[in-house]
Amino acid sequence: MEARRHRETQESASYGFLRHYLFTADHKMIGRQYFFLSLAAVLVGAWLSLLMRIHLVWPKTAIPFLGEIKPENYLAYLTMHGTLMVFFVLSTVPQNGFGTFFLPLQLGTSEMAFPRLNMAGFWTTLVSFLMLMAAFFVPGGPSGAGWTQYAPLSALAESGPGQALGTDLWLVSIGLFCFATILSAINFVTTTIQKRAPGMTMMRMPLPCWSWFVTAILSLLAFSVLTAAVIMLLLDRHAGTNFFVPGGLLVSGKPVDHSGGSALLWQHLFWFFGHPEVYIAVLPAMGVTSHLLSVFSRKPVFGYRAMVGATLAIGGLGFMVWGHHMFASGMNPHAGFAFSTLTTAIAVPSAIKTFNWVGTLYSGRIRYTTPLLFSVGFVSLFITGGLTGPLLAQPALDVYLHDTYFVVAHFHLIMAMAGLFAIFSATYFWFPKMFGRMMNERLGRLHFWITLAGAYAIFMPMHLLGIAGHPRRYSDLSGVQYVAAMLPLQRFITLAAIVTIAGQLIFLVNLFWSLRRGPAAEANPWECTTLEWTLPSPAPDAGFAGRQPVVNHGPYEYGSFGAEKDFLSQDAPAT
Amino acid sequence: MAAALRIALVLITLGCVYLFVIHPLWFPVGVSAQAATLDHAFSVAFWILGALFVAGQVVLALVLLRRKPATSSTHWYGNWRLEIGWTLAITVIFFWFHVSGARLWSSSAMHHPAADALQLEVTGVQFQWYFRYPGADDKFGHVDAQKFAKANEGNPLGIDPGDPAGKDDIVSSAMVLPVGREVDLTLRAQDVVHSVFIPAMRFKQDAVPGMEIHTHFKPIQTGVYEIACAELCGMGHYRMRAAVRVVSAEEFGKWLKSNSAANSRE
Repeated sequence: MEARRHRETQESASYGFLRHYLFTADHKMIGRQYFFLSLAAVLVGAWLSLLMRIHLVWPKTAIPFLGEIKPENYLAYLTMHGTLMVFFVLSTVPQNGFGTFFLPLQLGTSEMAFPRLNMAGFWTTLVSFLMLMAAFFVPGGPSGAGWTQYAPLSALAESGPGQALGTDLWLVSIGLFCFATILSAINFVTTTIQKRAPGMTMMRMPLPCWSWFVTAILSLLAFSVLTAAVIMLLLDRHAGTNFFVPGGLLVSGKPVDHSGGSALLWQHLFWFFGHPEVYIAVLPAMGVTSHLLSVFSRKPVFGYRAMVGATLAIGGLGFMVWGHHMFASGMNPHAGFAFSTLTTAIAVPSAIKTFNWVGTLYSGRIRYTTPLLFSVGFVSLFITGGLTGPLLAQPALDVYLHDTYFVVAHFHLIMAMAGLFAIFSATYFWFPKMFGRMMNERLGRLHFWITLAGAYAIFMPMHLLGIAGHPRRYSDLSGVQYVAAMLPLQRFITLAAIVTIAGQLIFLVNLFWSLRRGPAAEANPWECTTLEWTLPSPAPDAGFAGRQPVVNHGPYEYGSFGAEKDFLSQDAPAT
Repeated sequence: MAAALRIALVLITLGCVYLFVIHPLWFPVGVSAQAATLDHAFSVAFWILGALFVAGQVVLALVLLRRKPATSSTHWYGNWRLEIGWTLAITVIFFWFHVSGARLWSSSAMHHPAADALQLEVTGVQFQWYFRYPGADDKFGHVDAQKFAKANEGNPLGIDPGDPAGKDDIVSSAMVLPVGREVDLTLRAQDVVHSVFIPAMRFKQDAVPGMEIHTHFKPIQTGVYEIACAELCGMGHYRMRAAVRVVSAEEFGKWLKSNSAANSRE
């Protein structure tokens, strides 16, 4: 079996361009494919956020090729921005991009458990992405119901311009995305359980592997529920079922022929997926950060077992808190107590992680590389964005702040910015192993400073907008008087966003320049212990090429090991 | 680089503290009975979390400061005592924090409106609010939007013309309230989910189609305040506003009288 697989892998290496770069079952190429898919998605998503920010504060400004932005355009951008960023960036690149590439290598195997399933997962995700993008070109444009797609707005084609074909495309796209993610999650779980190298016990797994493993379990459960919800909504729209649309509705003066559905049911199903989704995005980020802080402070991870425990606790609790998105929804207020208690409880494992990151850095011989800078940035943003969590977990306070910019600030800091910082640190860190070249450190540092300052400059003032009662998802400030008065601060945020997004061009230049011209990378440029660094750079198609690594050590043996070495590779001979 | 990163973390912390000290925007003046309590709870939370924020960033900057000579070896895998101590400390803080939050929630959401509360029904329609008062009989007439609603004939909600309880219902596009009297709201929506947000009253509640949601608050100061829609309801979401006019009891009586004459569905 192993021999046959190995032969196939070698054969695929000698096939032509298409077999090598596109229709490949090699997890490393699929990891790269996910990486570039997410890069495309993040570019579109960032561009849309720029359009929204400009429109908010200079509503009459015509954008080249697009003209003036109308309210329905704004809502379409908002929906697409959220969908692209949450699904195709934050849920895709940390897990399916880096995870697909590095989970097998860190575990000491050359393949995922199901290589063809892996390939099917990527191609389904690509089709899903293209369907989502297609909504820009259909009559009415993309859906304008937000990434949360609350029914009945999302269920009734007559409720707005993008609510017809645009919403159908959204639903089919997300349905396919769910399917792809489930395929991939099955693969991750099986690979972690089945394919570990001899000696790679669960408690010797590098922390990113733990994160990918737990995230895959969350994905499996959460995306299954979203799949069902999306199919139910499609049935409501086209097959005359009544899951989410109650009776007696009148939309734009026309009676709606539905009865008996529940609008809150959609919210429950959506957030049963939607909250674990936050952890699907952030757990791999936490794993990468834990890993990099240890590597670059040349010290073992502080409290490895506590880290594993906290990861499991966050994953488990993450399934029991969805109702905190619904304190103002009309849900029974008694349920608020349970959801509030469990939500506040998540602060404990999150605090354990923060404490251990600080402990890992403490008295380390820190190497100030770009990946380390971004990891420290992650911790800083995680503290800042995380601390508003317990506040929003209090139903009485949340009701006022719910659906205002305060919440926008909270989740952008904790999920989007912290998540992005981990994606950047992982990119700078693993780039040599993925592409065989080093990225430019000087440009990397410049990129870090601009992004760190930008993240705070954009999102800290948003808390104040929310405290002053600025609802989110407003395409124009002129509709409500007290909101119109907040224009100056909104202008400041837009300026900060323009500078920060422009600063990301430095990253793009660095990425594409380094792909072609970066200095060739050694096998282990960062002096790491984990198994992917025992391979040459870039990781060869054949992986370990029949050599079976045997693991004798834990993943974080940094410190002093003899005169010339300060780390011990996981497969170094046992002493 | 180490120094730069430390300085950056400290500057960011100072910048954030400065931003919240000068706070160019803050809560509007609270004009409902529960506003003061909520504002106080927010301040307490804000100070505790603000202190943790500063402490967190400063500690992060400090650990970057400590560098040992490159030759020393530190095989430090953790420390269970520290770990458990820290976990307990943070658990106690957040447990207390949570209990105080739960008390606040039970005091604001867990009791019935006063017996003399003003009955008021709020209906969200893309992209307008309608406010209905039950009139002299204190009863709302039966509503069937699909059968009877005709916005251009003065019956946007679809009050059943055959229901005697609906004859004296008053439908207004502004919310007019007497000061110092609790208002017992019934929230409904005709098409999609909307949300009644009155920042000055510290009040927000979604209006969900197919549901009748009951909630209440008490205005304690006369004046005009704004209602904004806080749940994405379509392209006109941003302009789905209305005014709350809080007036004296006498003025409210007069307003009711003049409107019941104008609104009569005879």
